[in-house]
Amino acid sequence: MKSFEYTITDPVGIHARPAGLLVKEIKKYTSAVTVAKGEKEVNALKLMALMGMGIKQGDTVKVTIDGADEDTAAAAIEEFFKANF
Amino acid sequence: MILIQGKGVSNGVAIGPLYYYQRAKASITRYEVTDAEAEWARFKEAQAKAIEQLGELAEKAREEAGDEAALLFETHQMMAEDLEYEETIQSAIQDMKLNAEAAVTDTAAQFAEMFASMEDAYFQARAADVKDVSSRIISVLTGVVQGGINSPVPVILAADDLAPSETVQLDKSKILGFVTEGGSGSSHTAILARTMGIPAIIGVGDQLKPEYEGKEVIIDGSTGNVTIDADEDARAHLIKKMEDQKKMREMLEQLKGLPNRTLDGQEIRVYCNIGGPDDVPAVLGNDAGGVGLFRSEFLYLNCDDYPSEEIQFEAYKKVLSDIGGKEVVIRTLDIGADKQIGYFNLPDEENPALGNRALRICLNRPEIFHTQLRALFRASVFGKLGIMFPMVTSVWEVKEAKKMCERVKEELTKEGIPFSEDIEIGIMIETPAAVLMSDRLAKEVDFFSCGTNDLTQYTLACDRQNADLGRFYNPHHPAVLRALKIVCDNAHKNGIWVGICGELGADLALTETFLSIGIDELSVSPRSVLPLRQKIRETDVSKVKEKLLADLLSDDNTI
Repeated sequence: MKSFEYTITDPVGIHARPAGLLVKEIKKYTSAVTVAKGEKEVNALKLMALMGMGIKQGDTVKVTIDGADEDTAAAAIEEFFKANF
Repeated sequence: MILIQGKGVSNGVAIGPLYYYQRAKASITRYEVTDAEAEWARFKEAQAKAIEQLGELAEKAREEAGDEAALLFETHQMMAEDLEYEETIQSAIQDMKLNAEAAVTDTAAQFAEMFASMEDAYFQARAADVKDVSSRIISVLTGVVQGGINSPVPVILAADDLAPSETVQLDKSKILGFVTEGGSGSSHTAILARTMGIPAIIGVGDQLKPEYEGKEVIIDGSTGNVTIDADEDARAHLIKKMEDQKKMREMLEQLKGLPNRTLDGQEIRVYCNIGGPDDVPAVLGNDAGGVGLFRSEFLYLNCDDYPSEEIQFEAYKKVLSDIGGKEVVIRTLDIGADKQIGYFNLPDEENPALGNRALRICLNRPEIFHTQLRALFRASVFGKLGIMFPMVTSVWEVKEAKKMCERVKEELTKEGIPFSEDIEIGIMIETPAAVLMSDRLAKEVDFFSCGTNDLTQYTLACDRQNADLGRFYNPHHPAVLRALKIVCDNAHKNGIWVGICGELGADLALTETFLSIGIDELSVSPRSVLPLRQKIRETDVSKVKEKLLADLLSDDNTI
């Protein structure tokens, strides 16, 4: 299991379009990916659930990647967060 | 004649018959299904069809209005195939034995409610997206064809509010403009109307009545006026306005790509003032040469606490990357006076305009300045950056600010973080002291930018926010223009450039004066770029310069 923390810099937070692209990114891998803010944690494949967390600019989220290809997946997903959120 | 006042959200004047949007009512029936698996398969088929339709709409929008317009439908596609959405529907069908239409309706309501109850306006607005996506799936399930316009002639389209997919499916050749009862300026409909260049007026409420259908209506997006059965005078006036706007637009369009060069060959740079990364498309769309003033305050005003180096870095980086190599002058924090921020905990002052503001705050609280400078230098590798300090009165202030820059550069070098060596450092000229000291200040910096709003206020000792002082606050005052001349002469003597980034820069009545004085750059709002270019291209400086300068410097009181 791999994980990283990331602080959102996008002024709108985790919004629809990049969240949708994140789903596509995650689908490239077999690992399960979750996004947690505080106590709340959701499956990152679930767009509406992710948006429902209302993650805003300045919030720090913990992203956890668990599965056979977690090493490559974790690196790619971290890059994705930096580029899109 | 009937006059209705709404809110104009997309400019332009349009005239035509009023037509109410025909929406097929998809009233659904609820029933219990016996074969839940078959019902689930029915949903999956409708979902696939809806996703396909959205893909086609995205392509159509891309062709008509570009990538930005297509984005919306691509987002809808992602929502339609979302796992969370799908699983909720699946459970309604399989566990509660609901028919697909009812399952989608209930799920839509559930998610729309979730979004609507969120704090942030952006997420609240997503409730409409969920409903729109869901009604598309329901339309497929019930076999209802999406509504539209059935009219042989182009119309002014009226509706309660239009969903984004409805706007795009419309036959554009049949629409002259929109009037909606509800809606907001940031709704997709308003945005789409603006992107497509169709006038739109929203929020007319129940003043617009179905019995007006078929009557001639004139809408004016710049005033929000809806005129039904206009009398002759009103009609002639609005039609003239429509034709003038059309001519103006065509003429200004043709100026894109042309140099800001006078008839006698003098060139001046025309840049834009912006408040954040969102304004960059407007800068590019109006063919400006760069950004002459990026007000970094927005980063501070939009936060509940001091924005981190990272947040600032990303914002500066975005503007520098998006602008495609053009120069961007970023003004360091300019708060105080009329711009107050709670978390700065600045004590109340007797005289805020003469108080702790702008560069003074930065020098008094170097930790805030330090964070901003680090973010700026780090971002500098993504484009051509200029850094500008506001509210300067003394040479020592500039020296101290530059020393801070040197310190930041040393730190970054030690940390192995790259920054550009090619950054211009400039100051704003906003105070009489800076004008009078401009010969010495010019030796410290790469450029001057005159903030004419404050320069007028301080030169004339006149509060620009005091309504009683209207006739005393005169930016055309010879004292202000003489100040600009002094600044410009001292800049050029020292081989640096000088710009104007206040509102005066866009004042076409002064363009000839600025050209005569020799100003190198005018930074204005994006929409002022092309009108200014037009004025520059019509000017022959050699014909006006001598008289304008002589008048400006003359001791003759009869002028």
